[in-house]
Amino acid sequence: MESAALTRAPRPLDEASREWLRALRGAGREEAVVRLHALLLRAARFEVARRRPTLPHLRGNELDEIALEAADDALMSVLARLDDFRGLSRFTTWVYKFALLEAAVKLRRRAWQGREVPLEPETWSLFSSSALEPDEQAEQSELLATLRRAIEEVLTPHQRRVLVALAVNGVPIDVLAERLNTNRGALYKTLHDARRKLRAHLGEEFE
Amino acid sequence: MSERPDLKQALGRLLGPSAPEVGCDECFAGLDRYVELELAGEDADAALPGLRAHLDGCPACREEHESLRALVGGEQAL
Repeated sequence: MESAALTRAPRPLDEASREWLRALRGAGREEAVVRLHALLLRAARFEVARRRPTLPHLRGNELDEIALEAADDALMSVLARLDDFRGLSRFTTWVYKFALLEAAVKLRRRAWQGREVPLEPETWSLFSSSALEPDEQAEQSELLATLRRAIEEVLTPHQRRVLVALAVNGVPIDVLAERLNTNRGALYKTLHDARRKLRAHLGEEFE
Repeated sequence: MSERPDLKQALGRLLGPSAPEVGCDECFAGLDRYVELELAGEDADAALPGLRAHLDGCPACREEHESLRALVGGEQAL
């Protein structure tokens, strides 16, 4: 599906965005790159701070290092893609997303460092619930059996592993991509295809 | 299907969105514009069809959308 973001004609740039581009392409580039790095570092630190409660085992200096690495990598991405900026948002909003992405990916991977990535349905606990009434227990057992049968019958082994890891076991997509030596886009395509096959197989009952 | 919210949520994670959706790369390409339109109260879903469905189906992109929205929205509020 083609995104409208990629097809719409560019609108006139706002003055601040124009100034950023002028500075990054002009004689004062070095100073502008320093300012850009500071902007990216602020965004990366924002992401680190948001995720800090989920990473209690990481010390403050480790988190600072992750933010700095994320800002460094985002700077490389932004400078390499400067010609891709078409003014569909402010320049600062456009660059922030690179820093947030880099920081989020690094933090997800750090959180799973040293942990085994489960590719088999070791647990179906996401479907479990305490204090069920007998009729609800029966409904749940029937639903689980139907889903597990469908997953076994209609998916390829690769689709099954990806679906189970991402949607049953809750493995972050960037972590799985790193372990399987692939990328987020390719993995999500596999997940999407698997979901579509499951939906078609299960029919309207699950809509 | 069950009316239990927890089961519905678990099934949603497994089966994903039923609406057509963009992939992760297109989502990233349009995310900055989507967030600015949202914050401006404009119809971001009409401008970028399939992006919302993708956010519903992809936890990683959803987290990054939430972060960008919080960061830019926070700056605008200052």
